[in-house]
Amino acid sequence: MNKNTAGNYQGSKDYIVSNDLLNAVNIAISLERPLLIKGEPGTGKTVLAKSVAEALGMEFLVWNIKSTTKAQDGLYIYDTVQRLYDSQFGDKDVADIKQYIKPGKLGQAFTSSEKLVLLIDEIDKADLEFPNDLLWELDMMTFHIPETDATIIAKHRPVVIITSNAEKELPDAFLRRCIFHYIAFPNEQTLRQIVNVHFPQLEETLLDEAIKAFYWLREIDGLQKKPSTSELLDWVQALTIGGISPEKIGHEIPFLGALIKKDQDFELTLQKLHRLGKEPVPNKTNRNRW
Amino acid sequence: MFVNFFFLLKNEGVPVAITEWMTLMEALVKEMTGANLTNFYYLARAVLVKSEAYFDAYDRAFHRCFHGVQEHQLITKEVEEWLNNPLPPLHLSPEEKKRLELKLQKLNLEDLKKSFEDRLKEQKEAHHGGSKWVGTGGTSPYGHSGYHPSGIRVGGESRNKSALQVAAERNYQEYRRDETLGIRQFSVALKRLRQFSTRLEGPKTELDITETINETCRQAGHLKLVWARPRKNAIKLLLLMDVGGSMTPYSRLCSQLFSAVHQATHFKDFKYYFFHNFIYDQLYTTGYLNPNQTISTDYILNNLSSDYKVIFIGDAAMAPSELISVGGAIYWGMYNEQPGLEWLKKFKRHFSHHIWLNPIPQEHWSYIHGNETIQIVKKVSPMYPLSLDGLDRAVKSLLVNR
Repeated sequence: MNKNTAGNYQGSKDYIVSNDLLNAVNIAISLERPLLIKGEPGTGKTVLAKSVAEALGMEFLVWNIKSTTKAQDGLYIYDTVQRLYDSQFGDKDVADIKQYIKPGKLGQAFTSSEKLVLLIDEIDKADLEFPNDLLWELDMMTFHIPETDATIIAKHRPVVIITSNAEKELPDAFLRRCIFHYIAFPNEQTLRQIVNVHFPQLEETLLDEAIKAFYWLREIDGLQKKPSTSELLDWVQALTIGGISPEKIGHEIPFLGALIKKDQDFELTLQKLHRLGKEPVPNKTNRNRW
Repeated sequence: MFVNFFFLLKNEGVPVAITEWMTLMEALVKEMTGANLTNFYYLARAVLVKSEAYFDAYDRAFHRCFHGVQEHQLITKEVEEWLNNPLPPLHLSPEEKKRLELKLQKLNLEDLKKSFEDRLKEQKEAHHGGSKWVGTGGTSPYGHSGYHPSGIRVGGESRNKSALQVAAERNYQEYRRDETLGIRQFSVALKRLRQFSTRLEGPKTELDITETINETCRQAGHLKLVWARPRKNAIKLLLLMDVGGSMTPYSRLCSQLFSAVHQATHFKDFKYYFFHNFIYDQLYTTGYLNPNQTISTDYILNNLSSDYKVIFIGDAAMAPSELISVGGAIYWGMYNEQPGLEWLKKFKRHFSHHIWLNPIPQEHWSYIHGNETIQIVKKVSPMYPLSLDGLDRAVKSLLVNR
């Protein structure tokens, strides 16, 4: 059990980790600091945390951040409305405030009897001040509940992984406490490995063609959202289910909608295909299936 | 050497704080790198650098600091192949090791490196199990899976690229902040125009229901109303863009910014007009500069409220007469009663915030063709280069309260 604290994450069966990412994860685990992951959407930021949890045999908690999430929500929620109801019907003893204090995700991670992995997903979605409000809690792994005058201290420091899409800049004070890693877009070799892990039965020729077409798409000038790893995986799945023959892929790019998500990008790609003399089969109806 | 690295990073503009430096020291005390420069490279980067925009600066600093610490570089493909079909690893008992240590003199690193280079020059084919040539499973100082008290490992297990090679590759150059950039990055920069506005502007006019309920319940049913600022964006934007002529080389860059602004749905209002070289009586409503599709500049000045944030985009490089003379407009038939500069000053008087983005890199402003007019315009309008960094500063200055 204790070897987990030393940081010996080696990747897991269904998740290919680059060497420097592996380093970053282990550094974060052994220094007991939050790991901040940035990168293009769809490069596997969120999946990483799950893989770490699986590989180290720990429980996995996700705290999904939305634009309305407040730091307080992660610690605990004082359900005042429930208390008001109860006071009117007299079901419970309303003087016992403890029963109205519900732990948030961070609170759960602190009170857990075992060390676990906590993913704070897309922290940049929240308000600008959000990360600052969590500084103390993440640093000291403790917080105070004034309503019951209780102090929650983490039994085991959870492995904290934070992802960001760089929609907002994070405050310096927060950044300074994190270990940082940027997931660069994988090169062709790594991409092959990733697809292979997910579709071990895939024919070599199909993969060749798919990856060729995929990189061709990514190279198109002026795309607003380049297709990334997760889109490639969806697409390959669509290709195998659809039983598309390899020769067809480079020629007409079937199920284009699985790769290209924006209307303008879609038009642009069709134009490009057309100019190359390739006859694109995909049309709007085809796209709507995906 | 290490402290030196800290200051080199600072010199390159990487924002490193003492706390992060101490974290790195903590990691080194825990011996997490195991005296390996490559591991150190990744460790220090993860701990000290918090944005991919600074990875390139980090690479440069790293290379400057550690370039003396050379790892073997001479290994050619051919030599690697000699080592690819190795003998099984050489296992020796301690006595045998001792005997070998006596027999083979220990070499210092300098000599070892030099003779290794010599050996590489002489060696033409693979040798395994020997004691002189580069090979595997032997007692020569060069190779792997063998034993020599002070040898050089050549190939074998640690196949990773050396840290210096990684640093020298500078893979993160494209993430640099001062380089010019794509639509997405522009959008991210423009989003900042929203964040500040929601927090600072407008009175508290909206009933915050959640907080009202919370507060009321906290007071055991005694009503207490809580008001909040509406989360609407108050920013209105007016974009004026120079097209054609000397702007052609920058058209791609400008259109990227333009589409970024267009995609940004968070502005309360967004208006855009075009001009050629400079602003005069008329502005074009399309980028094709069609004389039939124009709008009077006076109309804009009279009808748009002064809280519009105005962004000019143009190289501001032209003949001085176009800027300061009556009738200086470059098009025949577009006679202007007032010099262009006067129009710019009108904009400055009417709108509380305006800035000028120039696609010409800032370091060229003082000597490029047209530098005289750039200097004149710069005196009237705050001018920023059209790069991520420049746009960042521009957005900040648009949000400063006057």
